[in-house]
Amino acid sequence: MTPLLEIEDLHAEIEGGRKILDGLSLTVNPGEVHAIMGPNGAGKSTLSYVLSGKPGYVITGGSIRLAGVELSELTPDARAALGLFLAFQYPLEIPGVSTMAFLHAAVNAQKKKRGEQEMTSPELLKRVREIGKSLDITAEMLRRPLNVGFSGGEKKRNETLQMLLLEPKLCVLDETDSGLDIDALKVVSAGVNALRAPERSMVVITHYQRLLDYIVPDVVHVLAAGRIVHTGGKELALELEATGYAQFQNEAA
Amino acid sequence: MAAAVHLMKTPAELALAETFAAAADRLPGTPDIAAGRAAAFAQFSARGLPHRRVEAWRYTDLRTLMRDAAPLAAPPDAAAKARAGGKGALFAAVAARRLYVVNGAFVPGLSDLSPEPGLAILSMAAALAQGDPLVAGHLGQVVPSDDAVLALNTALMGDGVVIHVAKGTALARPIHIVHVADLAAPAALFVRSLLVAEEEASVSLIETHEGPADIAYQVNGALEIVAGDGARVSRVKVTAEGSAAQHLASLSARVGAEAAFSEAGFVLGGALVRNQLAIRLDGADTVAHVCGASLLSGRQHADTTLVMEHAAPRCESREAFRAVLDGAARDVFQGRIAVRQAAQKTDARMMSRALLLSDTAEANAKPELEIFADDVQCGHGCTAGALDANQKFYLMARGIPATEAEALLIEAFVGEVVDQIEDETVRDALMGAIRAFLLARR
Ligand SMILES: Nc1ncnc2c1ncn2[C@@H]1O[C@H](COP(=O)(O)OP(=O)(O)O)[C@@H](O)[C@H]1O
Ligand SMILES: [Mg+2]
Repeated sequence: MTPLLEIEDLHAEIEGGRKILDGLSLTVNPGEVHAIMGPNGAGKSTLSYVLSGKPGYVITGGSIRLAGVELSELTPDARAALGLFLAFQYPLEIPGVSTMAFLHAAVNAQKKKRGEQEMTSPELLKRVREIGKSLDITAEMLRRPLNVGFSGGEKKRNETLQMLLLEPKLCVLDETDSGLDIDALKVVSAGVNALRAPERSMVVITHYQRLLDYIVPDVVHVLAAGRIVHTGGKELALELEATGYAQFQNEAA
Repeated sequence: MAAAVHLMKTPAELALAETFAAAADRLPGTPDIAAGRAAAFAQFSARGLPHRRVEAWRYTDLRTLMRDAAPLAAPPDAAAKARAGGKGALFAAVAARRLYVVNGAFVPGLSDLSPEPGLAILSMAAALAQGDPLVAGHLGQVVPSDDAVLALNTALMGDGVVIHVAKGTALARPIHIVHVADLAAPAALFVRSLLVAEEEASVSLIETHEGPADIAYQVNGALEIVAGDGARVSRVKVTAEGSAAQHLASLSARVGAEAAFSEAGFVLGGALVRNQLAIRLDGADTVAHVCGASLLSGRQHADTTLVMEHAAPRCESREAFRAVLDGAARDVFQGRIAVRQAAQKTDARMMSRALLLSDTAEANAKPELEIFADDVQCGHGCTAGALDANQKFYLMARGIPATEAEALLIEAFVGEVVDQIEDETVRDALMGAIRAFLLARR
């Protein structure tokens, strides 16, 4: 079985700045949900950005493969079309770009690149409304410019909507729980769980184990000082909650 | 400030003097008009072409930029008129009354002059020749100015359109003046138009300017607008001149009380474009919206210089300008909000923003407030910067390719001003033109 995500000895730094990822390796098989936990500043968001190809980060060593395809030279849109989705820790507000126009552009750009039939506006509208309903996203929110004036929780629900619409192969969720109250957390988790499928994998980045009560992982990793320093089962999350990360930070140093 | 007598003549100034001397006798107008032309030319001649030490022209040194003055354009021939019929297509979807001005001459035969109650349309050349009282009573008096380029227009104006909308008349359709340059060699077009909307009249004016690529023709246009009390007047102007053209335009507008006035200008084409806007809110409780956007590439230079004068109490004005600059293009925005002592409770806000798509593009902004009343709310701001890299990444991370992501962000940026236009078909046409600009970038 080809792993869906295979990161090998990844080294990355901020352009003209310091090294953040320092020999990180991670393998995720199809259908698996992996949690990545770690202290603030460990490099969790950096990992998500390097995976999705954000400018400003330089890979200085190692490799990233998605379903066997090397990603490191590809543009972010090409990675998305291959099935990578990053739910941002801080989704951006884009004034003047309507949410629907954005969704339309995104869905059809991906379909086009994959040689699939593009979606018509009515088809898209119908699908978006369906998903929106399951996430408590109102028609009024969809009429607003992308994320503009959305609360933290609304932004996270909007990220989840995009993920459900785009049906990626690999979902990377960066601190999706931050800024969510318990009700919103349940709504978002239900959305994420609805996507769980034998051919789809998830990497759930979180600082707290609370989210993992709702999105139950198969594997839990500890990321500290730019690499995976410990790996265990879902019980590891609870253990970390009790003991904190100090032991692993020492391990990494 | 007394203007120093200007002795050094540039080739362009010398050519203009020759043109005026040769043409003065045959330019249309009564003896009064002829005297006005002579006085205007003398005014121009005393100071010459404006240059960077003239504050209003600080970033557009016309003395340097206008190397030579082209000869006056000949009247259009039948073939040119026939070709002009297909122009103005940008607004084809707008059900407008179309009037054609070809090579500076109003062409009645091409224009829709079907009668409409309360509306009178006249050629400026005819009005000048007949000493039409409407023209005689307004020419140069709407917002008095000592600008040299406007003086040059007054001296050399050939033709244009005179529109009168009677008291209480709401025109059924927008009026679209299609300005076409149809030229095989450089020529100069001096166009003068006048729009008088009487009390409670309602009129929407569209103007488009287009012409051939690579020919260094020169347009000097002036439009005077008088909007009476309670009138609703809007103008949308699209400057899409040919790639080597120079386009200098002066708008002078005087707006009465409890009126609504809007002006929106879009610069899409031309080597050098200057739109100078002098708007005076002369009656109380009027609302004015002035906006514009320049989309420039290559070595294009566009200058919008606005004076919004609040001369009466309780008026509200909003000024919003955008520039999208690629290549080595340069945009200038000078905006002054002048609040006279009588204009208490003025509410005025001006914002200009430039988007720089290349390292060699340049934006100059000079916003100013000049306030003589004490109970006012005025503000201004300006920004210039590149596309937001994080926003672009966010769009790309969802699968949208780089050029399309940039196009979405640029459309959004310009859309902020297009959205202020009331007429949806006009908005759609403008967004279409903006998309065409963005496609050409790829
Ligand atoms: N653009 C940046 N410029 C400089 N330092 C950065 C930048 N982004 C992240 N860092 C630094 O890199 C380290 C890892 O950050 P991050 O990946 O955001 O951590 P986490 O998501 O695990 O909290 C931190 O020390 C952070 O300060
Ligand atoms: Mg983070």
